[in-house]
Amino acid sequence: MAKIVFPDSFLAYTDGVRETESDVRVYRDLVRELSARWPALQEKLERTAVAIDGQIYQDAFLETINPDSEVFFMARIEGG
Amino acid sequence: MAEAVDYKQIGTRPIRPDGVDKVTGRARFGADLVLPNMIHGKVLRSPHAHAKIISIDLSPALAMDGVMAAISGADFPGGGIEGEASGEGGGSLDDIARNVIARDKVLYHGHAIAAVAAATPAIADAALAAIKVEYEVLPPVLDVVAAMAEDSPLVDENCYTNLPEKPAKPSNIANIGKLERGNVEEGFEQADVIIEREYKVPMAHQGYIEPHACVANIDETGRGSVWCCTQGHFEFRTATARILGKNVADLKFIASEIGGGFGGKTVVYLEPLAVMLSERANRPVKMAMSREEVFRATGPTSGTVTRVKLGVKNDGTITAAKTWSAFEAGAFAGAPTMPGIMAIYAPYDLENFSVEAFDVLVNKPKVAAYRAPGAPQTMHAFECALDEAALALDMDPIDIRLHNAADEGTTAPYGPKFPPIGFKACLQAAKNHPNYTKPVPEGAGRGVSAGFWFNIGMQSSAEVHINENGTVMVIEGSPDIGGSRASMALMAAETLGVNYEDVRAQVGDTESTGFCNVTGGSRTTFATGMAVTQACEDVIAECKKRAAMTWGVDEDQVEWQDGSVVPGPGVNAEVKPMTLAELAGKAAKTGGPIQGRASVNAQGAGASFSVNFADLTVDTETGKVDVLSFTAIQDAGTAIHPAYVEGQMQGGAAQGIGWALNEEYIFDDNGVMQNAGFLDYRIPVASDLPMIETQIIEVPNPSHPYGVRGVGETPIVAPLAACSNAVSRAVGKRLTDLPLSPPNVLAQLDA
Repeated sequence: MAKIVFPDSFLAYTDGVRETESDVRVYRDLVRELSARWPALQEKLERTAVAIDGQIYQDAFLETINPDSEVFFMARIEGG
Repeated sequence: MAEAVDYKQIGTRPIRPDGVDKVTGRARFGADLVLPNMIHGKVLRSPHAHAKIISIDLSPALAMDGVMAAISGADFPGGGIEGEASGEGGGSLDDIARNVIARDKVLYHGHAIAAVAAATPAIADAALAAIKVEYEVLPPVLDVVAAMAEDSPLVDENCYTNLPEKPAKPSNIANIGKLERGNVEEGFEQADVIIEREYKVPMAHQGYIEPHACVANIDETGRGSVWCCTQGHFEFRTATARILGKNVADLKFIASEIGGGFGGKTVVYLEPLAVMLSERANRPVKMAMSREEVFRATGPTSGTVTRVKLGVKNDGTITAAKTWSAFEAGAFAGAPTMPGIMAIYAPYDLENFSVEAFDVLVNKPKVAAYRAPGAPQTMHAFECALDEAALALDMDPIDIRLHNAADEGTTAPYGPKFPPIGFKACLQAAKNHPNYTKPVPEGAGRGVSAGFWFNIGMQSSAEVHINENGTVMVIEGSPDIGGSRASMALMAAETLGVNYEDVRAQVGDTESTGFCNVTGGSRTTFATGMAVTQACEDVIAECKKRAAMTWGVDEDQVEWQDGSVVPGPGVNAEVKPMTLAELAGKAAKTGGPIQGRASVNAQGAGASFSVNFADLTVDTETGKVDVLSFTAIQDAGTAIHPAYVEGQMQGGAAQGIGWALNEEYIFDDNGVMQNAGFLDYRIPVASDLPMIETQIIEVPNPSHPYGVRGVGETPIVAPLAACSNAVSRAVGKRLTDLPLSPPNVLAQLDA
């Protein structure tokens, strides 16, 4: 099962859950799964960056999630 | 660490393709376009920092000879504009629309409230003076900490802190960001030394030399073009269209040459006004800000108050860190709190930390992105605290950083594990640098600091066209601020195996190439470079196809070597290689012109770390600080054009030194900026600085075809604390408030 970790800014939307697990294989399906579990989280998931196994994606969609993957949601960075 | 690659083009230092035009004055910047029948637009700005607009009467202006249009906020579509502006802290387009021109309230001194277009600039000025505006003046909110109090006057009565459950009362605190790990209090209990201080960094401007300017030419159908200086003409088109309720397809945006942006030209100010004025006047309208307008009404970066508590063991191990930071957002939400708190501890491997930051409205100009937004402010505080800890432990400031340094596999404070990074390599390079191994000059202090920025990817497009003689045209949509046309040409030349001189790179307008996000976030060489590289690979695939067609072999029997197609093993020995020029010359017979294209949403940007150290002296009689030497070391991934990388490092250092030593917005009690000009807002000039010495570290980013990380943001981060630490060591007292200008130095010495 992949490890899914939420930032502090998500905790109010995940009933305080900071870490969970998932057996999805694609990021798109992870968003669906998490949105189904916590509907209020969906909007935040649309506007977040995510790090999958250390690789940061500003706009993840079909990225692979392996059973041993670590998935961290994080604020989007734009810069100047 | 990846092995060094022997490139033929990448890593060379050709002269920039736009250089001759720029040094001869032929390059055309935002205000340089002149069109037939063009008229001139000007903006009326608020004389108050905070006031209700009771009424605006444009009729006296419209009645004047030579005045062809006059507009106010009432002429613009109402709220509810969806989407966000580009750049860090760009904010919502709804807010940007109200920043472009005020509606019911003015929120800072200089806020636009009306605009006119007239036959001459002088008539436009007279028309502005004729407009009648009635205000109800309100108390300005100017102090960031006081603004957070529950009883503070409100900048925006509709601003509620962005929490899952809407608070009962509005507040000047728009957003709160927080990160934490481990147990901070237990960490402090393990510490042998605790450092606890408050640090201040002032609001500062990006200080680009070219003021904002544009020319809009809209016809009677509402369609037309906008020429402007911008970091991203595609996103300017989007913002302008949405603010005006137009179709993006009706507006063509053309990026002029740009005289600096540094994040400040990622958001629109004049363009929506110019488009509406041009449409109403049915004439081309030029608008150009004065320097005073640039200071008063365009994005500075946040001033901050930051409190740090740091615990370390006697061996230098950081046991805990706790930070609280208040960021000035200006009149609209969007201070760079999140990148600030994500960056503050990024160079270090910490078990226990917390950091909390507040995005606070004040009656000052809306902040915009500025190089590594948020990171200089927060990292200044932490890097100063770390220096004080090193002093307390009698430990070398590089050693304490090496002892705690993040490396590949370290869990970053913002969540993921770092891929290969170059922070330790930068620290080692600093420690071995001849400027560091030599003694500190008599009377000087030597300050050390680390810097960091995430870097980003985002969307880019590129096309590559092969001319009939085999020369190469690269067209992409990223405005060239720091020499990106040369970098694109180098990557194209490397990929295709041709000479740099045979490649021309151009920035296309919004109708000539595919969408590109802004030139910002240190993304262009990384992301647009990735698109250019892939477009060249598309060309190579096409060339192989043409060769296979010519030779009567399968495509997989054709190889690409040094700019030519060559037959693979097993192909008839009579078949001879063909150069790109030979292929292009026969293109008409093999399917027409050869071209490649690519669009990417580039992922996998690699973080860039830096280490700066500097020797500074302080005249304790006058408070004047002199920079004797400054050394900047940074991991660039692969340096595509090393001279431009060094230029970015030097430019960022100069801006950071200016912010540390002199630059600040000075407001009076009414919220009026008192130093809105380069005489009084003092950025460093050449005579203020020594040669900034640079050393590029190259730890390639494995996610980019040539290992690029991006270099533009990181260089401004470390100079603030490097200067603070040097000054504090020179005077033997911790100075916490920037800028370290003569009066501020004397005040802190006397405190």
